[in-house]
Amino acid sequence: MPLSGLEIYKLLPKTNCKECGFPTCLAFAMKLAAKQADLSACPYVSEEAKQALEAASAPPIRLVTLGGADHKVEVGNETVLFRHEKTFFHQPGVFVRVPDNLPAAELEAKVGEIVAFKTERVGMDLFVDGIAVQNVSGNADTFAQAVATVRAKTKRPMILLSENPAAIAAGLAKEGGLAPLVGPATAQNWQEMAKAAKAANASILVRADGDLSALAELAENVKAAGVESIVLDPGARTLYGNLALFTQLRRLALKKNFRPLGYPLAAFPGEGAGSFEEEVVAAAQAVAKYGGIVVLDHFDPAAMYILLTLRLNIYTDPQKPIQVSPGVYEFNAPKPESPLLVTTNFSLTYFSVAGEVEASGLPAWLLITDAEGMSVLTAWAAGKFDAERIAKAVKAFNVPDRINHKKIVIPGLVATISGELEEELPGWDVRVGPREAVDIPSYLKNVWK
Amino acid sequence: MPVTVETPLEKWTGKVREVTLGATRDQKGTRSKTVTVGGETTLPFLHFEGSIPHPPVIAIEIQDSYPSDWSPVLLNAWGDTLKDPAEWAKKAEALGADLIMLRLRGVNGDGSETTGAQAAAVTKAVLQATGLPLIVRGPGQAEKDNELLVAVAEAAAGERLALGLCEDKNYRTIVAAALAHGHLVINSTPIDVNLAKQLNILVSDMQMEPDRILMDPTTGALGYGLEYTYSVMERLRIAALTGDSMTQMPMICFTGEESWRQKESKVGEGVPAAWGDWTRRGILWEAVTAVALLEAGADIVTLRHPDSVPIVRKAIEQLMAH
Ligand code: B12
Ligand code: SF4
Repeated sequence: MPLSGLEIYKLLPKTNCKECGFPTCLAFAMKLAAKQADLSACPYVSEEAKQALEAASAPPIRLVTLGGADHKVEVGNETVLFRHEKTFFHQPGVFVRVPDNLPAAELEAKVGEIVAFKTERVGMDLFVDGIAVQNVSGNADTFAQAVATVRAKTKRPMILLSENPAAIAAGLAKEGGLAPLVGPATAQNWQEMAKAAKAANASILVRADGDLSALAELAENVKAAGVESIVLDPGARTLYGNLALFTQLRRLALKKNFRPLGYPLAAFPGEGAGSFEEEVVAAAQAVAKYGGIVVLDHFDPAAMYILLTLRLNIYTDPQKPIQVSPGVYEFNAPKPESPLLVTTNFSLTYFSVAGEVEASGLPAWLLITDAEGMSVLTAWAAGKFDAERIAKAVKAFNVPDRINHKKIVIPGLVATISGELEEELPGWDVRVGPREAVDIPSYLKNVWK
Repeated sequence: MPVTVETPLEKWTGKVREVTLGATRDQKGTRSKTVTVGGETTLPFLHFEGSIPHPPVIAIEIQDSYPSDWSPVLLNAWGDTLKDPAEWAKKAEALGADLIMLRLRGVNGDGSETTGAQAAAVTKAVLQATGLPLIVRGPGQAEKDNELLVAVAEAAAGERLALGLCEDKNYRTIVAAALAHGHLVINSTPIDVNLAKQLNILVSDMQMEPDRILMDPTTGALGYGLEYTYSVMERLRIAALTGDSMTQMPMICFTGEESWRQKESKVGEGVPAAWGDWTRRGILWEAVTAVALLEAGADIVTLRHPDSVPIVRKAIEQLMAH
């Protein structure tokens, strides 16, 4: 919780010596609160005051960064319980776990398949964030070998999982120093585990099952041992247990400013799931409800695409829809006689339409109007996608200079505006296209002439 | 250094209303059981701070004539059952549905417009085929909705059907029919707390008891507006729990309809390989949409695919186990 100007003032020397460049300690305190000054400007501030101020300015949920420069996963630093209160900032890292006892070739193939997964949605790349390796063999060398195999295949962040600190240390030696997460540190092994993590500058996963007091104590111990980049696993392995504990942890951090538990949370949806579908549902819950790191046990493209889509939804800023710039977009090298279609600048709408026009293989122009980032019907209902706006866009983007006809295709959902648009664009032929973007290719082939 | 953590609890003052669908023989209906939803005194599934007396329920959607525009994945899964609403309802009950939602398409298989008498007849046939309480929705055009739902309300008098959708521009006739024949209504508004409240007030002003109203906050499928739906539902539920009486109606989400409308569920060819197996994708698209919205406050979700029903059922069981 940031301190107010008055609270900060109480911590300052109150001598008004002006060396900070401000007339009074109070003025300086106000600037500090507004983050327009730096504490180091006051040479007389006490050590205690410094610590209090630093602690207060730290985010209630620590930011944890995994991975190197190419593939970074940042989680934590959230500020609200509900996305409508502001937004969720750092989407959870989605990892797939592999066992260390797979034959090397199989392991390589599996990791290859996972890192090859890539698709796009509303202009965003969707892919798996990284790989977790589980020390199923119980053997430190096997574990280290598996870590080396995975690292040779990908530079994405890794999670090393073993209750044996010696195995973790062996694994860390092969991980390549790309800021991994290691653990779990438990009541039994935390000293050694913290030592291994600290030596490698790794983040640490702290696990205490079901009991948040024990979890807090463990996290405090690990922190005192010098590892501050912590991820918590409260150990619940049921849907309800996970929802209850994740909610409590988020509330403790944000509403109680409870530092010992102010860290991102890890979920292991595959553990405790009776089927693959249950694992997907549990993972979806973790994505929506406060998970910071989600470690899946099965990789399936359909499920992965679904989880990453959900993540995209939940972590979209509710204040501003994802948008594209208004303008004229070209597909498949359009010529002056090619068809002209019009839609809104809501990313989801644009990419739905653009994808189909592109896939049709037919040349076409797509006019994107400024509908303030709303879908076709939403914008229409809000008066942001009407005949007037479309006609304005036709002129503003010099559409008549690019085409040699006067035909424009509008979305089927707004068929009702065709008359008005013909009035706004005298001499134009307004065509009503299909309602769904999927039907655009056949429309262009068969109907548009 | 021992640390003591106290469970952080919110103090809610409000409660979601309990709404009962269906009426048994001693209640002037013919249902073999009734279904009650609502009654929560805390956010979804947070048993540690309040009570959740009734688990959310699953309605399976059936239609009065063959849904030729449905995704091939759905058509394959149900096969010929889709040609007979009564058979379809029976199968849905056997699959473990809590409720049946009958959707009147407005046009019959032969292209002719559905008449009130036909709508009444199909409703009766479905009521006979299943003992579950029924939701009946019109085709979604004001005039047709009124015509068909009035006939349905009359034919099924006393059954405590949930009739919908009531919208701000068209609710009077449906509410009047529900009032006259002992049914419930579903109020539908586009993703907005105030609009939802306002319609609940308008419908209550017609003397409809608040415990005979369900709210449809408008469903956006996963990837297609889910985030907006999700947040408005959370806001509505928080408003209900903080004591705003006109937001305390249980919520219904038409998850099946929305998720099976999308390209991911509808189309199997010419899509990115990264989208994976089509059938699995469609089923999980629906199930994940449903579970996400249950966790945002849905009391009723409607589903379309037989295989997503057990997935959502299992999730509800696990979320209710505490
Ligand atoms: C999410 C959503 C919102 C979000 C906004 C999201 C956004 N950025 O646009 C919010 C919550 C803000 C919102 C607000 C409102 N909404 Co709204 N909203 C929806 C919802 C759930 C989904 C819309 C969506 O994202 N669709 C997906 C996109 C991709 O669809 P699309 O743009 O139509 O594109 C498709 C097709 O049109 C086609 N297509 C697109 N372009 C083109 C071009 C051509 C040439 C062709 C051929 C095809 C084509 O391809 C796409 C894929 O098939 C719908 C209901 C629903 N379930 O669909 C209601 C809905 C659109 N909203 C509605 C309304 C009324 C409103 C409000 C006016 C409510 C109010 N009074 O406050 C406000 C208006 C906004 C404002 N005043 O600020 C109504 C519209 C009713 C109507 N028929 O007019 C709807 C239908 C809900 C309903 N059933 O009542 N809404
Ligand atoms: S330098 Fe420090 S002591 Fe001097 S006025 Fe500024 S805040 Fe006060």
